[in-house]
Amino acid sequence: MLVVDDDPALAEMLGIVLRSEGFEPAFVADGIRALSAFREVRPDLVLLDLMLPGASGIDVCRAIRGESVVPIIMLTAKSDTVDVVLGLESGADDYVVKPFKPKELVARLRAQLRRGEGEQAESLPIGDLQIDVLGHTVTRAGGAIALTPLEFDLLVALARKPRQVFTREALLEQVWGYRHAADTRLVNVHVQRLRSKVELDPENPTVVLTVRGVGYRAGAT
Amino acid sequence: MRLPTGWATARLRRLRRSLRVAPAQLRRRWRRSLRLRVTARTVLVCGIVVLGIGFVLLSQIRDQILGVKTTAAVAQSTNGLRYAEAQLTAVDPVNGDDVRTTLERTVQQLTERGGPAGRFDVVMFDGSGSDAVPVARLNSLALGIPRALRAQVGQGVQSYQLSVLDYGSGETVKTLLVGLPVPSAIDHFELYYLFPLDQEETSLGLIQGTVLVSGVALVLLVGAIGGFVARQVVGPVRVAAQTAERLASGRLEDRMEVRGEDDLAVLATSFNDMAESLQSQIRQLEQLSRLQQRFTSDVSHELRTPLTTVRMAADLLYAYREDFPAAVSRAAELLQAEVNRFEALLNELLEISRYDAGAAVLEAQRTDLGDLVERVCAATFQVAMRQGSELVMHLPEHAILAEIDPRRVERIIRNLVINAVEHGEGLPVEITVAGEADAAAITVRDHGIGLGAGEATQVFSRFWRADPSRSKGLGGTGLGLSISLEDARLHGGWLQAWGEPGGGAQFRLTLPIRAGAELSHSPLALVPARTAPAPVTTPGPG
Repeated sequence: MLVVDDDPALAEMLGIVLRSEGFEPAFVADGIRALSAFREVRPDLVLLDLMLPGASGIDVCRAIRGESVVPIIMLTAKSDTVDVVLGLESGADDYVVKPFKPKELVARLRAQLRRGEGEQAESLPIGDLQIDVLGHTVTRAGGAIALTPLEFDLLVALARKPRQVFTREALLEQVWGYRHAADTRLVNVHVQRLRSKVELDPENPTVVLTVRGVGYRAGAT
Repeated sequence: MRLPTGWATARLRRLRRSLRVAPAQLRRRWRRSLRLRVTARTVLVCGIVVLGIGFVLLSQIRDQILGVKTTAAVAQSTNGLRYAEAQLTAVDPVNGDDVRTTLERTVQQLTERGGPAGRFDVVMFDGSGSDAVPVARLNSLALGIPRALRAQVGQGVQSYQLSVLDYGSGETVKTLLVGLPVPSAIDHFELYYLFPLDQEETSLGLIQGTVLVSGVALVLLVGAIGGFVARQVVGPVRVAAQTAERLASGRLEDRMEVRGEDDLAVLATSFNDMAESLQSQIRQLEQLSRLQQRFTSDVSHELRTPLTTVRMAADLLYAYREDFPAAVSRAAELLQAEVNRFEALLNELLEISRYDAGAAVLEAQRTDLGDLVERVCAATFQVAMRQGSELVMHLPEHAILAEIDPRRVERIIRNLVINAVEHGEGLPVEITVAGEADAAAITVRDHGIGLGAGEATQVFSRFWRADPSRSKGLGGTGLGLSISLEDARLHGGWLQAWGEPGGGAQFRLTLPIRAGAELSHSPLALVPARTAPAPVTTPGPG
């Protein structure tokens, strides 16, 4: 696990909490060295502070996402929509607003790390795509589409119940495994990101459909 | 070609509609266009004046022409009369002179004599009164002489009159008639001179036409000048109005064009000065607001990072408190609780400073207020139980859907309910929801210590507490109601309080059903009806 944070006290405290939960954290204090540290450590998960000296958290997030699908959780002091959405759009899977409770942080970490565990070997169709759940691959007419684990889980959740319309709250609980205080921005941003990868024309989606006023559902196969 | 009736009725309907609409459009233009009004009034006043002048002028010319003609006609007639008298005096019927021949000859000669009054005809009557017979010419002219004139002449009075006569060709001509009695030894005779006024009429018609044309031309010219002048004046005013509108819509750099040094240029200059000063003040305020927001945001980040560390440390200590000696264990508990309170306080301070900076945004969506209240009650149920208060909900049977920001309204209701529980002395807290077509209201009633005089407005002040000596109980920050008031205001709603010492308090939140609509009334009363279980003293009979 890689912790990118410029505040030494908070980093140390995070270290104490994470170690007591059985994780092995590595630390880096600025944005410039974050990417090289990431390549060195090869973490299962990145905890990233949005406000960093050197490169900003957003840039670091984009750089890591550019070469890996590892889960990224942002630490942010701002709950304003603009900052949160900007962070999510740059590739983060989830975010935690400071000051957070240690238990909340750990719960979110575990939710992200749980991804892909205990999956059944099955093949699901959605739209014109085919999902191999155990192999963690999505293909359109034989060609593979690269998705992050979170995007993959979102797609699988929709594909498993093709008739059901999922509210944003239901998706939050099922995919993020945690109940946020009515924060549906996570869902909106990730659905957009997912669409940009799986839709032939993201303006007219056929795989992930919007049901106005309710939420989302899978496109017909 | 026969047109289908449907087409005809449609056309008719359209015509009728346009007829109905046209006056309304005209009225609207009249109300809205200063230029139209100025032009119309100028034309109206000028038209009345031209009409008056034309009337006076024409009647004067007419009188003048007629006067000259009459004088000439009377002179000529008197001349003819003298000749006729002389002729008739010479006739001696006893000697067998033929009166009739003389008369005929006289008329003939009079007709041929001519005179200064232009073309004329002569008619003579043999005898007087009703038995008179016209001499020589038994024509329509003699019959056309009006009776009134005949009667006057018959009485021996010389007189003249204007009349319309038929000259035989079917056309009638306005004629000046001069009637003269011819005194004679033989009999009475009547001599009439007929001067047709067709030439004068023609001249008058010509003059009338000229006056009319020049009058209309004058009115049009004045109207055009009026319109032009009005445009000269109204134009800059319109430009000023448009510029002001653009300024109001946020384009602060817009200015008016200044031309010349006249009054309108002064208007433009003053306007631009005003815009300049407004712009600089708004810029200044914007900058201050931005600074404030930046500061808030920075403070937020700078405070939150150490707070996170403190909080994690406190949680860790709290988790291991069993392993510590009693005093240290208690200290860990206190630390944990106070860090929570500190965090709540920080959040509320940030929220209220966001309001102060004008950075709060309403994220409205249609929400059922009943659901919202139920959710709040479910969340605060535990707290209420601890205080011994029961939460009683009075919800309407149907959903009340209002365009509100659910996060903010939920926060208001939660604040009101917690506040009521805190001050409710363990007595039930009643929450009532009601809705109408354009407004919805929620009241939260407690039966606790109530509010003293003047405290109903003070409760919304920041950090105000009902009783300074009271313990802080549930650990409210003292900002909850202030934030709730700002939340209500952001919705265009009302948040009001009522209370009396010992009689409890009631808070009422009124919200418009449609976001941005103006409130005029609330579906629920602010002062509750006296249905309290407290013993009511009724005056006995007598």
